[in-house]
Amino acid sequence: MSALRHEHRGGRVTPCPPLSGLSERGAHGVTRTTLVMLCLYIVLMAFSAIASEEAPRGGRSITDNSIQWPAPELIWRVATLQDYNTRVVFLGVSALSSAAGLVGTFLLLRKRSLLSDAVSHATLPGLALAFLIVEAAGGNGRALPVLLAGAAVGGVLGMTTVTLIRRFSRLKDDVALALVLSVFFGLGVCFIVAIQQLPTGNAAGLDHMIYGKAAAMSSGDAKLILGAGLVVALICIALFKEFRLLCFDENFAAVQGWPRILLDLMLMGLVVAVTVIGLQAVGLLLSVALLIVPAAAARFWSESLGKTAWIAAAIGLVSGWGGVLASALFPKLPAGAMIVLVACGVFAFSMLFGVRRGVWVRWREHRRVKQRVGHQHLMRACYELLESRANGQGSAGDFLGAGQIGFDELLRRESWSHHVLSGLLRVGQAAGFVATEGQNQFRLTASGRAEARRVVRNHRLWELYLIEHADVAPSHVHHDADEIEHVVDANIVARLEEMLSAGVAGTVVPVNPELSAPGGARS
Amino acid sequence: MSNPAVISRPALPEPEPADRSSVPLLVRDLNVAYGRKVVVWDLDLTVPPGTTMAIVGPNGAGKSTLLKAALGIVPPASGRIEFFGQPFEAVRHRVAYVPQRESVDWDFPVSAWEVVAMGLYRQIGWFGRVRGEHRDRALAALAKVGLSEFARRQISQLSGGQQQRVFLARALVQSADLFLMDEPFASVDAATERAIVAVLRELRAEGRTVVCVHHDLQTVPEYFEHVALINMRLVRQGPVDEVFTAENLRHTYGGKLSLLEDAVQAARRQQMV
Repeated sequence: MSALRHEHRGGRVTPCPPLSGLSERGAHGVTRTTLVMLCLYIVLMAFSAIASEEAPRGGRSITDNSIQWPAPELIWRVATLQDYNTRVVFLGVSALSSAAGLVGTFLLLRKRSLLSDAVSHATLPGLALAFLIVEAAGGNGRALPVLLAGAAVGGVLGMTTVTLIRRFSRLKDDVALALVLSVFFGLGVCFIVAIQQLPTGNAAGLDHMIYGKAAAMSSGDAKLILGAGLVVALICIALFKEFRLLCFDENFAAVQGWPRILLDLMLMGLVVAVTVIGLQAVGLLLSVALLIVPAAAARFWSESLGKTAWIAAAIGLVSGWGGVLASALFPKLPAGAMIVLVACGVFAFSMLFGVRRGVWVRWREHRRVKQRVGHQHLMRACYELLESRANGQGSAGDFLGAGQIGFDELLRRESWSHHVLSGLLRVGQAAGFVATEGQNQFRLTASGRAEARRVVRNHRLWELYLIEHADVAPSHVHHDADEIEHVVDANIVARLEEMLSAGVAGTVVPVNPELSAPGGARS
Repeated sequence: MSNPAVISRPALPEPEPADRSSVPLLVRDLNVAYGRKVVVWDLDLTVPPGTTMAIVGPNGAGKSTLLKAALGIVPPASGRIEFFGQPFEAVRHRVAYVPQRESVDWDFPVSAWEVVAMGLYRQIGWFGRVRGEHRDRALAALAKVGLSEFARRQISQLSGGQQQRVFLARALVQSADLFLMDEPFASVDAATERAIVAVLRELRAEGRTVVCVHHDLQTVPEYFEHVALINMRLVRQGPVDEVFTAENLRHTYGGKLSLLEDAVQAARRQQMV
């Protein structure tokens, strides 16, 4: 092999595992921060929705914040959905929120989470204009189908505008979203004000669409929402495979002959549909939460797309139930905001305790690795201390059993703080490797001696490997071996034994290669 | 265009092959531009059947764009592209594509075999489900690239080289006649490099055609029979022995690489050993 080629390829033979792991975790961190920010925003919106709900209720002073606790029988009756009205509203809301969970999973993976926010804000001018037109034509502008049709047109227009800005200008995605969101919403607010000036009526009914009001839902409305939610969920399930391909690798989908643009349009159409049918239940400010929060929470529980989607749908269902329950019990609390707060609670719990990538699981794994590394360092430090005391005389079996180890002696040799070393010793003692003997003294137990030999042997085998096969200078070996030895498993040890020259067979611990090298410290 | 040598020495126009249906990929006068920036310029390419061909050229020479334009991912400004004498749409099923690994987000909730099974989606069709037979074929393709034990692993838990092999398996499962691969050897480990080379040999032995965008000049003579040197347009194409010369490479890279001659010589020495 020529020198040039060797050098060229040497750089990419063994990528350092800890480093590549770190960079990947960093990439996760970014998305997670975005999600957390989004959730904070949603919670704020939910609280402002609750606050706005309190104001218009006449009769009571605004300082009267008392919440009357309902009787236990009422709680039971509502929770088990014995009321026809609660049942219908619950069915409608939960069909909607499960469908939103399904669609949201794909929206999240398509990295278009914020598009749903732009869409929902863009529905406001649409529904206000639909109200104006139908009222002008002499019809009932407050009828739900009218408002929803107008909202759908507004949403589609908003989404199209985002797409056009992205396609034909040099502006980036976030700018396009911010522009559309604010301009359309501003336009909608203008229309609402105009409606309030009309002699025929006020904007009541329309402002429910901003913050949502599940309690004001008639059973006809709820059935409409139920039907639409089921249709959305069925389409999403039927196109599961196609959406998975689109979200993962759209270019590959196009090469295979899938109509990429059509699929994208269908996915975005489902997003508009969920947003629009959710207007009455959660309101346009919060519908982004219905789409994104359950999906984001579900990502902490599974690494399979199918399971993630079902978990998201289930979280949507539970949130819908919780929200409807809360607003039935406390009429002051708007259902939409409660749905979102329940979903956010589930999200917070998932982020902390999710089994796949939750904070707690990762913290525990990190601590386990840290403990293992610390333990192996302690074992090696003890071994090397006793070895240096024996000064090359006698076998490992002799010197390991012989000596007591002083706490301060060890502290001087290694770069541990007092606190860290005491912690390591406590762990070693609990595992039965170390036994204390009097003040500041301890020794290795029988199992500790075996463990120390094993650890040191693996470390030195790896050092020898680096010297013999990787052209590393003996004086530089210790550091490299230190990094890798904690991930060396039995399989690799067996291969090391195979590759290395004689003298390491069986359980022999090789001498420290750093010291035995020419120019080493040994006299 | 900063390189007068390329302009003054265009490749001789290839004669039109007699039987075009046997030519896996034929490109004539292809132009591709991103906005106002021309990336591929009057490019001609004829991929001979049953060979492995490397596409080599400096960064920004339009190698990846050439593949993307041929497959319709990037719209060409002009030019003629034929697969087996027909437009791409008619023979999609005979062509498999291995994109660059960086083109997707690997933090996606699917396992390795599920990604491989995506190669079968077209065959499964609209609304169809992935069934046991499809899974078996995906597992067989994973076995070919040495990843059987990782079939159920989530793809972000695979190393970069393993991810590259998953993409290769996704192409293999399509049992195509022409494979277009975009830098399959880019920053992969030694085991992956061996696995890909083995797959290339096997494909060639089966009479299939492979076109690889390749960045590592030293391994060109070892891995490929044919080479196309590209810098916005075709500089030279032909068997490696004839075309892969220091002079042609200098024309391709514009004499900017001082190490080039050494590299070519090193590669040639290696081939002789």
